Amino acid sequence: MQQTKTILDVEQIRKDFPILNRKIHNKPLVYFDNAATSQKPSVVIDAIKNYYEQSNANVHRSIHQLGEEATEAYEKSREKIAGFINADSSQNIIFTKNSTEALNLLAYSLTSSLKKGDEIVISQLEHHSNFVPWQQLAKQKGLNLKFIEINKNIELDKESIKKNITKKTKIVSVGHISNAIGTINPIEQITKIAHENGALMVIDGSQAAPHMPLDMEKINSDFYVFTGHKMLGPTGVGVLYGKKELLENMQPFLYGGEMINEVKFEGTTFNQLPWKFEAGTPNIAEAIGLGIAIDYLQKVGMGGIHEHDKELTEYAMEKLSKVRDVAIYGPKERGPIISFNVKGVHAHDVSQILDSEGVAIRAGHHCCMPLMGVIGVAATARASFYLYNTEEEVDVFIKAIDKVKKVFGV
Amino acid sequence: MDIELMYQENILDHYKNPRNLGKIENATVHHHEKNPLCGDELDMFLVIDKNSKITEVKINPKGCAISVASASMLSEELKGKGIDDVEKMTKENILKTLGIPISPVRLKCALLSLDTLKNSALIYGRYVKK
Ligand SMILES: Cc1ncc(COP(=O)(O)O)c(C=O)c1O
Repeated sequence: MQQTKTILDVEQIRKDFPILNRKIHNKPLVYFDNAATSQKPSVVIDAIKNYYEQSNANVHRSIHQLGEEATEAYEKSREKIAGFINADSSQNIIFTKNSTEALNLLAYSLTSSLKKGDEIVISQLEHHSNFVPWQQLAKQKGLNLKFIEINKNIELDKESIKKNITKKTKIVSVGHISNAIGTINPIEQITKIAHENGALMVIDGSQAAPHMPLDMEKINSDFYVFTGHKMLGPTGVGVLYGKKELLENMQPFLYGGEMINEVKFEGTTFNQLPWKFEAGTPNIAEAIGLGIAIDYLQKVGMGGIHEHDKELTEYAMEKLSKVRDVAIYGPKERGPIISFNVKGVHAHDVSQILDSEGVAIRAGHHCCMPLMGVIGVAATARASFYLYNTEEEVDVFIKAIDKVKKVFGV
Repeated sequence: MDIELMYQENILDHYKNPRNLGKIENATVHHHEKNPLCGDELDMFLVIDKNSKITEVKINPKGCAISVASASMLSEELKGKGIDDVEKMTKENILKTLGIPISPVRLKCALLSLDTLKNSALIYGRYVKK
C-alpha cells in the first residue's frame, strides 16, 4: 500500500526531524503547512549551534582563525547553492534575507533604468512579494504593470501570455509554482517569449526549489529567486541567482559595509560580485545552515523528493476529491499543494478543527489577495506536502475533514 | 482544547442564521470593516436617534463562524443602547457574550464586530452628531 516508501525511505527520513515527534492536542503532529515553511532536520539545527559554539566570527574581515573558518563555511555554502541549481559559478549567487528581499532588490535595481511607459508583466497568480514591489515601483516611475490572466483551471492562459509580453515589455516576473493553488507555470516557454521580445525574465522559485531538481542553464531565466526556510533551511536566508553580466551592470540595492571596494569622501566604488549586493554583516549562521540543508536534500535526492511529493499529492487529490461538499481549486497536475474549501465552512474553521486532530494546514488568502478576488473566494484551506509526509498522514487529514463536516453539520 | 466547546450549538446557530441580517438604506451610520489577515468582513448599519440611542441594527457579515457569531450576538444587544454605552464596551464584554474559549490567533475574528461597532460610533461622533 505504501507506494511512496519505494521512492524514499520516509520512515528513516522522519527520524531526522525532531519536531515530528511532537504531540498536538495529544495527537501526533501531521504537518501539512510546508508551503508556508518546512521543518528542519537535526543536521541543520546542529550546524547552527555548532557554528556559534565553534566558529562564530564576522566574515570577510577578520584575519584570525575563527574569521577564516566562518568565511570559508559561508562561501562554501554559496558554492553548494550554485551546484544545487546548476549555476555557472558562485558569483551568480547572492544571499538575501528571503525571497521577498531578493524580489525587492530586483524591482528596485532593474527599474532604475526604465522610462515612463515601459512595461512590466507579472501574473494574476503571484504572491504579494512578487506583486507589490513591481506595483509600487511602476507607480513611482510611471511604468505600466500588466497581468497575465488565469484560465478556468487557474493556470496561466496561453493566449494571455502571448498578448501581454510584447516589444514594450522590459521585465517579466512570474512564479514557478503558485503557493496558493499549486499550479506549475510553463516558465521555460515564458522565458523564451520574454527573451524573444527583449525582456528580462525573473522567476520566483520559492515553491519550486524545495521540491524539484533545478537547472539554471536549462531554464535560462535571467534571475531566479528562492527562500531557505521552505527547503529545510533556517529562516533569514534567501537566494538571488542572476546572470553574471546582468548583475555586474546593476546598481546595488543596499549600501554600507561589505559591498564596497573603496570609499572616499567624494565617492565610492563597489565590491565585485556577489558581495556588491550583500551590504552589512549577513546572516552567517543561517547561510551555513542552508548549505547543510542542501547537502541533506541532495543526499536524499531531489529527483526522489519530486517523485515522492508528486505521488503523495496525487494520493491526497484522489482521496479529497471523493469527499462530498469539498471544492478543490486549480488543475489536476500540480505541485505538492492542495487548495480547497468545505462547503458552508470558512477556511479558518476548517483549519481550527483540523488542528484539534493534530493536523496543521494553512487558511486564508495565502498572500495572494488579487488572485482570491479573481477566483471569487475570500479564503481557502491549503494542505501542502514534503518529503517527510506519508499516506497515513493523508488518511488522518481526510478523517479530520469528516470531523469538520460533522461539527458543522454539512 | 475541546473543539466541541468552541463550536457550540449556539455559535453554529448564530453562524448559520445570523440575527439582524440585512441592510438599512437610510442608516445614520453604515460602516464596513475588514480584517485583512483573514479576509473576514462586516457591514454594520445603525439608525441612531437624536438622543444618540441606537434604534435599529442590521449586519451583513462574511467570514468564519467566530466572526459571524460574534457580530450576530453583538447585534442582538445593541438596540436601545446609547453611543456612550458603546464607547464603554470592551473586548471582555464580547468574549463574555461569546462564552467560548478563544485562542490568541482567533481573537481578531472574535473582535471584528467590536472594531466595526467602535468605528461606527467614532464616525457618528465625528461626522454625524456635530
Ligand atoms: C511563491 C512565493 N513567493 C514568495 C514568498 C515569500 O517568501 P519569504 O516570505 O521567505 O520572503 C513565498 C512564501 O510565502 C511564496 O510562496
